[in-house]
Amino acid sequence: MDVAEQTLPTEQAGRRRCASLLAGATAEELHAAWDALKDKPETKPVRGPETGLVMVRGRIGGGGSPFNLGEATVTRATVALASGTVGHAQALGTNKQKVKLAAIFDALWQEDATREHVENAVLTPVERRVEAENKAKAEETAATRVDFFTMVRGED
Amino acid sequence: MYVAVKGGEAAISNAHRLLADRRRGDRSLPSVTIDQIAEQLGLAVDRVMAEASLYDRSLAALAVRQSRGDLIEAIFLLRAYRTTLPRFGNSVPLDTADMLVERRVSATYKDLPGGQLLGPTFDYTHRLLDPSLLSDEAVEEPARRDASDEEIMRVSDILAHEGLIEADGELPQDHQASDLTREPMEFPMARDLRLQALARGDEGFLLALGYSTQRGYGRNHPFVGEIRIGEVEVEMEVPELGFAVSLGQIRVTECQMVNQFKGSSKAPPQFTRGYGLVFGQSERKAMSMSLVDRALRAEELGEDITAPAQDEEFVISHSDNVQATGFVEHLKLPHYVDFQAELAMVRKMRADIEAARNGETEMKDAAE
Repeated sequence: MDVAEQTLPTEQAGRRRCASLLAGATAEELHAAWDALKDKPETKPVRGPETGLVMVRGRIGGGGSPFNLGEATVTRATVALASGTVGHAQALGTNKQKVKLAAIFDALWQEDATREHVENAVLTPVERRVEAENKAKAEETAATRVDFFTMVRGED
Repeated sequence: MYVAVKGGEAAISNAHRLLADRRRGDRSLPSVTIDQIAEQLGLAVDRVMAEASLYDRSLAALAVRQSRGDLIEAIFLLRAYRTTLPRFGNSVPLDTADMLVERRVSATYKDLPGGQLLGPTFDYTHRLLDPSLLSDEAVEEPARRDASDEEIMRVSDILAHEGLIEADGELPQDHQASDLTREPMEFPMARDLRLQALARGDEGFLLALGYSTQRGYGRNHPFVGEIRIGEVEVEMEVPELGFAVSLGQIRVTECQMVNQFKGSSKAPPQFTRGYGLVFGQSERKAMSMSLVDRALRAEELGEDITAPAQDEEFVISHSDNVQATGFVEHLKLPHYVDFQAELAMVRKMRADIEAARNGETEMKDAAE
């Protein structure tokens, strides 16, 4: 974690975490959480969902000046709840349905009454799944780590 | 005289219908799905994304399917598609030090923090065709081992502690990263723009140029400081939120090439570097890119420009396979009128020569 991240205000850090997990959620996870929602809120589209591009940048030598590596597809959506709360979502790829749902959950997360549902039905399960997947990948990679050993030849 | 020619609509339409048929192939075989291509021909998909300069696995897989596996055609399709989309913005520059590493090897240090992680590599295979793949035999689950928490440190950072290697590559403070998809290219260009061109450049072309430097055409004594492959976070500033959020992860391959030293009366000698960064898993491309990046720094490093790989205008103008395909393949389009003109010219030249020859013979005959 870098310094900027540590000094983010708590609310902002929470929103960042929420946005990041919603971007990482699968369409199935979001649909399941939506179906499990008892009182489905009225929502109004404000923008999108729309698909466009983000220019992905790298850095020369890994940490030097930025350069344009190439683009990636990204889909974003903004929705408003009846209460006026506005939710934003953006994720790599072209799945508009998924991103629209993510924007609704972003709005619901900001409301005290529904934050818990978003945490329990979306964010926590996604976080756990991603952690487990990353752990599995790290362990599979670790199994391919080279253990060097020295051959002792002849008599000492 | 200019004669406009129309026609061929029916032929074109039937040709495309035939193409669709040949693409599908034998109907008694199941059709290959987009997910199957993305999962089982993943490295072809990676190459298409890298050279199309557009990261989207599903669309790249679709392009591979539509192009019958002709990867340059697939790259062309994806390039054409990207022109239909608006650009929302630039990402925060990727932090490759914070990668979820799937492979990392160094040829300069045996024991280094994080270790040598082979990952899913073709290296050390015997390149023998595997008959088990003729059928659909079950495949073992990968082995696992507890992963250490040790930071997988960049090799360039290890050398940097002693000041033995040049820094990552800083352009002047006021330099804005230029974008070849937005402004026409001009030579000479800054290193950031060269890297953009190389990242989307043809793998075969860059491989050949990189190889040429090893064979002595602009030799720069490379060592693979490090290759790493894995997933990195893509973040973008969202104006409505006022801070950057994650959009998801992409897989990239990074190569840090460490090259022979450079020093002057003012600065002590230190290693120089070439850099490669490519979408997807593509070690060959990332290595080639870093070799060519280093070769193209010849002028900056005060080296003589003697070889093709060091010639910026030559390399960058010919690295794009969509451009190259367009110009080479346009030759097959109708050139009937041009050719008629050339034909008339060559006939006339021959007639003139013939006439001159006949004249000479007549003169000779008359003299005898």
